[in-house]
Amino acid sequence: MTLSTANPKSVLTGAHFLDGDCACGEGALAAGANFAAGYPITPSTEVVEHFASRIPTVGGVFLQMEDELASSMAIVGAAWGGAKVFTVTSGPGFSLMMEHLGYAAMTETPLVLVDVQRGGPSTGLPTLPGQADMLQARWGSHGDYEVIALCPNSPQECFNLTIDAFNLAEEYRTPVLVMMDECVGHMTEKVVIPAASDIKLFPRRYTSLSPSEYLPFRPGPDGIPEMVKAGEGYHIHVTGLTHDEHGYPAMDWHSQHKLVGRLVGKIRDHTDRIARWEERGLEDAEVVVVAYGITSRVAERAMQMARAEGLRVGLLRPVVVWPFPEKRVRELAPRIHAFVVVEMNYGQMVYEVERSAGDQARTLLLGHGGGAVHEPEEILKVIREAAA
Amino acid sequence: MSTLINPVEPFLRTDRMPHIWCPGCGIGTTVNCFARALVESKLPLDKVAVVSGIGCTGRVAGYVNLDSFHTTHGRAIPFATGLKLANPSLHVVVYSGDGDLIAIGGNHFIHAARRNVDITVICVNNFIYGMTGGQVAPTTPVGATATTAPYGCFERPFNLPFLAESSGAVYVARWTSFHVRYIAHSMVEAFQKKGFSFIEILSPCPTLYQRRNKMGDGLDTMRFYKQRSIIKNGARTQDVDINLQGDIIVGKFVDIERPTLQQSMDQQLRQTLKDRYTGWGGA
Repeated sequence: MTLSTANPKSVLTGAHFLDGDCACGEGALAAGANFAAGYPITPSTEVVEHFASRIPTVGGVFLQMEDELASSMAIVGAAWGGAKVFTVTSGPGFSLMMEHLGYAAMTETPLVLVDVQRGGPSTGLPTLPGQADMLQARWGSHGDYEVIALCPNSPQECFNLTIDAFNLAEEYRTPVLVMMDECVGHMTEKVVIPAASDIKLFPRRYTSLSPSEYLPFRPGPDGIPEMVKAGEGYHIHVTGLTHDEHGYPAMDWHSQHKLVGRLVGKIRDHTDRIARWEERGLEDAEVVVVAYGITSRVAERAMQMARAEGLRVGLLRPVVVWPFPEKRVRELAPRIHAFVVVEMNYGQMVYEVERSAGDQARTLLLGHGGGAVHEPEEILKVIREAAA
Repeated sequence: MSTLINPVEPFLRTDRMPHIWCPGCGIGTTVNCFARALVESKLPLDKVAVVSGIGCTGRVAGYVNLDSFHTTHGRAIPFATGLKLANPSLHVVVYSGDGDLIAIGGNHFIHAARRNVDITVICVNNFIYGMTGGQVAPTTPVGATATTAPYGCFERPFNLPFLAESSGAVYVARWTSFHVRYIAHSMVEAFQKKGFSFIEILSPCPTLYQRRNKMGDGLDTMRFYKQRSIIKNGARTQDVDINLQGDIIVGKFVDIERPTLQQSMDQQLRQTLKDRYTGWGGA
């Protein structure tokens, strides 16, 4: 697939001082998003506020809908109308959007869903951070499906990873999640936005076949079907029911296995291409701290403190959290003492680390219910325990 | 020997027949009217999209040979809103049932009418949840029984034309599935209308509503509709409530002009941003 470059009109090239929410909005604009629908919810609202102020001068639509069910479905409709789409939410809104995460997965609708995580459950801590939606991102909608989720730890990454999320959504024809947190969303840092010509975009997989040759859900060699938009004479049918390659409902186990197997496989079989992580000091590490989002930055400080004490500590930061970099954890496990998983929840991604490490290394969890980031000293304490 | 083709056949996905609807059900009748309205209105078929929710009427999207979207329960209108705004050249028709559009989807219904989204909403109202087996709906008349109202519905139902008009719809009509020519004519008018147009079509569900309520079969219901319907074009929508055995006021109730969502958006943004405003597609 030939990549295109960003539209200069939508890209604010230069160095800026932006918070993560606005950087995410700029990332969406740079990626060519021209339709967003949203519903106000703290701490994510700034993303759509920013988009709403910018999009009318770039060319596109922002619509504030009546709730999160509507915003998450309006973007699916707009995608089938030919737009590049996203929505943004937090906490309770993320729960409401779960049905349409599944619908987008089932109908192979490319879209981006940003969740700026706050403390939960329920209304929880609207203005304070959490990382407790990580498993909901993976498993939150009913039925079997795979998703891709990215986890930025800085405003710069909020920009970069939002573009990557759009590219992955187009490449795999799937919903892609950007799992921010309140700290990353509201922290202000330098964000460098490159020239439009340096921003590469994965184009929509529009078919070149004629209506008589085209089947809307016939997969290509990589398991991913080509797309059309409404109004082009293809008379497509799209349904959330289990469907055949025509898109027609097919209520039998054979069609179910074929379709759902492909939906899962098109992500799972490309895990090596999609999974992405950052490593620090793993060469000689005996203890590996696993952390993502804002927590990874505190963990890095704890790692420096531990190194100063002579402890051999490294950091593994999943940048793409789903699919999880299980192969890397499995490689590391036999040659280290322990993993220390630090997250703002009572244990979510730790299950992936435990599963991948098996009995080859100990896995320790340092979790809490959200509301504030960890202190480096508490992480250091668990690192010492793990190294002992 | 020449082959006779039913004039509605080109509008149907005949490879999906037989359909799932019961004998005596009125939904197929409305689809027939829809096909005839498409012929009469001369809309370019490649530019017509049908969006349905979930339920018996929700299956309409699966049978029409158009770009058609079978969405989630209650959310056909938000999908249609996104589709229409993203692709303004489309004629977007939402085709769904009373439970889908007015119960689970009721919030979207009133907001789309308020915004005056340029779509046509066709609501086949059979007073009951058909696909799930006959549960009470927000349209079930007081006193009618349903599996979840076994001793009779005790909630006041919505008056859909009144709801639509109060929320901002620019075109509102009601017919029964007996009034096939009127339905088709209203559909043609609605397709041509700019803004949120709404057609309610009362329709029998002999399997679950009429039988349970001892109202006979599909044919008996047609007779009932014929005898008890009173055409009152321009009737005040607050006066068109439906009772279990009472008269049914049908007709075209509302036909007004008001800027559509797209027009209001363009006007407001152009007025504020002047030449900095870039309309859809860079225009």
